[in-house]
Amino acid sequence: MKVARTIAMAALLVVANAGAAEIPQSERRSGFSFMAPDTQAMQNDDTNNPGMLWVLDGEALWKRKAGSADKACADCHGDASTSMKGVAARYPAFDKALGRPVDLEQRINLCRANRQQAAPLAYESRDLLTLTAFIARQSHGIAIEADTDPQLEPFIAKGRALYSQRQGQLNLACANCHDDNWDKRLAGSAITQGRPTGYPIYRLEWQSLGSLQRRVRSCITGIRAQAYDYGAPELVELELYLMSRARGMPMESPAVRP
Amino acid sequence: MASALINVPAKAKLGDIIEIKTLMSHIMEPGYRRTASGETVPRDIITSFTCRFNGTEVFRADLFPAIAANPFITFFTTATGSGKFEFEWIGDKGFAETTSASIVVE
Repeated sequence: MKVARTIAMAALLVVANAGAAEIPQSERRSGFSFMAPDTQAMQNDDTNNPGMLWVLDGEALWKRKAGSADKACADCHGDASTSMKGVAARYPAFDKALGRPVDLEQRINLCRANRQQAAPLAYESRDLLTLTAFIARQSHGIAIEADTDPQLEPFIAKGRALYSQRQGQLNLACANCHDDNWDKRLAGSAITQGRPTGYPIYRLEWQSLGSLQRRVRSCITGIRAQAYDYGAPELVELELYLMSRARGMPMESPAVRP
Repeated sequence: MASALINVPAKAKLGDIIEIKTLMSHIMEPGYRRTASGETVPRDIITSFTCRFNGTEVFRADLFPAIAANPFITFFTTATGSGKFEFEWIGDKGFAETTSASIVVE
């Protein structure tokens, strides 16, 4: 009896592992490759890509003085094309003072609080999106390497656990769609592999630019679970795991997605 | 602060048909949506787009509420000489933006 139960358990474990198989390196695909040629063309031409409107505004904001320190981003960081090159490809990154990873949006707000003595910018506000888009644009074409810091390991593990955790009324984990069924469609839309290569993205459905947290929150709402608040550690850990999962893939920011 | 992206070829040959692409930052709020409390969100759209070449109108478009945010307008014209294209967007709530781009025709 006991032997039989052990065999049944082992069989169950094998099935569970098979379901959660990670996508092999050779089959990794950016969301870009799932899009229609028209949408791809929109992303590839900088004068067609609406995300570039935010990049343009971000460039102006980069040079504008803010806060009681009366400093602009450019006063410390200088020319963004050199100082910010590759930065977005390494975020979320470990913050020593906080003892946890922070994403690019949180880094901008930490800089505002500590260096500019300015009020934090709200998540998804135009100013925060323009700055993020402008900074992320400087990493265009650079390979993602957000997981090099060994201090991040426990947080990546937490993100991975959350990614594989079934939740919500539909009882789905991220992995159930984006690892197991990425080659299929959900209604008319491609499911994709969940590679965060182009954030912040201009999403045609949103008719606006939006962050990775916004995208993840709308996925969580889609499985009818309670979405974490913007800036919640769980969301940052998920962002971190998603970025580590896309290690080596080139950044496309600002990407266009349907 | 509204930003625009303009794509006009820097150079063209006389008589060439050239493509002009314009992208304007605008929310294009249609005026049919309601807030959570039931109030109508007032319409806020671009209503007119004009392109002039050296002062002469070469293209005009009227825009309506069903047009998506950040309207992308592209059209063709013939290169008749060197000069300046001037673009103008006019809309609700006093929205008025202009920008220009030059072309050299050989």
